[in-house]
Amino acid sequence: MNVHLRRPAEAELSRVRIEGGPGEDVRRLADVRRGDRGEVVAVSPETMIGVPEAEREELERRLLEIGFVEGARIEVLHEGFIGRDPIAVRLDDMRVALRRREAQGVLVRLEK
Amino acid sequence: MNAPVSPPVVGRDLRIALVGNPNSGKTALFNALTGGRAKVANYAGVTVERKEGFLTTPAGRRVSVLDLPGTYSLRARSPDEEVTRDVVLGQLAGEPPPDLIVAVADATNLRLVLRLLLELKQTGHPMVLALNMIDIAQRQGIDIDLAALSRELGCPVTTTVATRKRGIEDLMTLVDQAAERGEVHGPADWHAPDAGEIRAAHARAARIHRQAVLPPKRPDTWTGKIDSVLLHPVAGVLILLAILFLMFQAVFSWATPVMDLIKAGFDWLAVQVTTYMPPGVLQSLLADGIISGVGSVLVFLPQIMILFFFIILLEDFGYMARAAFLMDRIMGGAGLHGRAFIPLLSSFACAIPGIMSTRVIDQKRDRLTTILVAPLMTCSARIPVYTLIISAFIPNRTVWGFVNLQGLVMFGLYAAGAVSALAVAFVFRKVFWRGQSEPFIMELPAYKTPDAKNVARNVLLRAEIFLKRAGTTILSMMVLIWFLASVPRPPAGAPGPAIDYSFAGMIGHWIQPVLAPIGFNWQMAVALVPGMAAREVAVGALGTVYAIGEDKPGQLAAALSSHWSLATALAFLAWYVFAPQCASTLGVVKRETNAWRWPIIMFFYMIALAYLAAFVTYQIATRLGG
Repeated sequence: MNVHLRRPAEAELSRVRIEGGPGEDVRRLADVRRGDRGEVVAVSPETMIGVPEAEREELERRLLEIGFVEGARIEVLHEGFIGRDPIAVRLDDMRVALRRREAQGVLVRLEK
Repeated sequence: MNAPVSPPVVGRDLRIALVGNPNSGKTALFNALTGGRAKVANYAGVTVERKEGFLTTPAGRRVSVLDLPGTYSLRARSPDEEVTRDVVLGQLAGEPPPDLIVAVADATNLRLVLRLLLELKQTGHPMVLALNMIDIAQRQGIDIDLAALSRELGCPVTTTVATRKRGIEDLMTLVDQAAERGEVHGPADWHAPDAGEIRAAHARAARIHRQAVLPPKRPDTWTGKIDSVLLHPVAGVLILLAILFLMFQAVFSWATPVMDLIKAGFDWLAVQVTTYMPPGVLQSLLADGIISGVGSVLVFLPQIMILFFFIILLEDFGYMARAAFLMDRIMGGAGLHGRAFIPLLSSFACAIPGIMSTRVIDQKRDRLTTILVAPLMTCSARIPVYTLIISAFIPNRTVWGFVNLQGLVMFGLYAAGAVSALAVAFVFRKVFWRGQSEPFIMELPAYKTPDAKNVARNVLLRAEIFLKRAGTTILSMMVLIWFLASVPRPPAGAPGPAIDYSFAGMIGHWIQPVLAPIGFNWQMAVALVPGMAAREVAVGALGTVYAIGEDKPGQLAAALSSHWSLATALAFLAWYVFAPQCASTLGVVKRETNAWRWPIIMFFYMIALAYLAAFVTYQIATRLGG
């Protein structure tokens, strides 16, 4: 699927609007809440705001290596007690914890 | 395999290397294969632990087994993972490549490891796959088609339950067969995959997974249930604090009787030596240098074993990753990793076990930052010093209606240590590593019942490593400090304490002008030299220079309050918050970082902070009329 990004201002850290297909709710994993579930539709260096350009591609590979890959099922299980950060997600058969900063690179199509 | 092990004959023993994801039970399999007898050392030039064991196969073949650090990818991200990559690729100096890779996979969590297996195939090594924890997979009703897996991966596959030693014979037979076939290495065409190649490998791995593995009929629901309590924003934090309180209590108080016993034992031994040997340099070397030096190393052992008992138990249960999750935001504020929390907390008891436990942090920079700030946490050896000075100079009265002034000062010293540790960590990150931050992405493994034997074996292994590695460095430093404080001996009938005539005395007099601006007199300067042995030694050393026995603390406090001004006393307290007055810590840092650079950096930044803090304290207190 195609994900069109409306480029946000660098300062605007949260709530990046992502236009998925018609009627689809696609968000960055950084912006979803506990209980949300869906499918990974893209892992992209472009949505990692505040992450230096030089580190983005490396971060993309690390996300891929631990299983954030297009098609993976995902559900947010837990949120940290300060600023709801980091988050713990179920990713296919395993559980993974990550900071919201790192979670920006994962785009999720939420189930309704 | 119970025969005593001897060094391998190069070119004769078959070399196998265990490779797998973290939490795949790789270490348990290593123990099951080798009987738990491991030779532990560091890889040349790095701080990564090299664990090697030996076994004899059913066919009588001697095999050396290397336990490589767990990884998700050969594209290494930490020093540990670099070792795994370099050994597998045969690129690590002084480490011949393995003849055979034994890949270890958690049978309940195969999806991710399949991609690593495809990468391992690319290295061209012959490979055998062990599906570990097959009992848990069977209980969950996970159906694995071993033949399909073997066909798709192009390597023999077997199942094991490492903790119960099941399937070990079968695995060894596969190793034998692979060795007899004399499999030649395929072409090595591994290169670090880019994002596109990782995606392609995932797709291939997913296809194999669909063909060979049917999803669990009775999936593990316990991990989810336990997590909903342990990761709960309120309950989870309270439970973490309770666990930490218990650990802190245990390290602090359970260890004390044993530590007292060890100390008493060595004191007794020293007394025997002084009783039965003629006085002289040799007697002093034996009693005050070697015996008290060995004692000062051994005395840390109970704390280290208790701390590692908790750490290994929690790690094996699967809780350590959860603790890191809960504390990550707080530690992250100071630029530290969530996993730095336990080592820093342990350092309240003693920086040595704290520094040793930083090995749970896999990123090099995070680990070094944690090591460097750990000694700023108020360790138990500072308590005798703080107590002495506070009792001598701070009036025992109540302020603001309910707060004991002495207790308030004590609390202030603790707080100063903790706050400065976080502040220094923050500065190190900004200055040394220009604010680069390591990503925090971590698997939360399924909870497992820890295996008692495995825990016991690992605690003993830590104890052995401490004695072997730290023992040598700490002991030689203790002997050096003894030498400085006892040689040369005073002329016969000389007035004043003996230490005044020694090198320590000379150094003390020599550095005293430097210490004058922070209000230290020459007696204090002299006491600082033997005080390098350990912080609490300063109490005894002050007793020596003021010629008062160690067993009369009341008299010593009285002597200090008549010789020192309040400003001097406060400056001395400020000094002890920061000063690196502990040779053992520096020795352990050298051992853990495998370089003199880090203890030297630690020594100088702490001395600088101590001088600055004491200077500011002394100058302000003097101006205010102290």
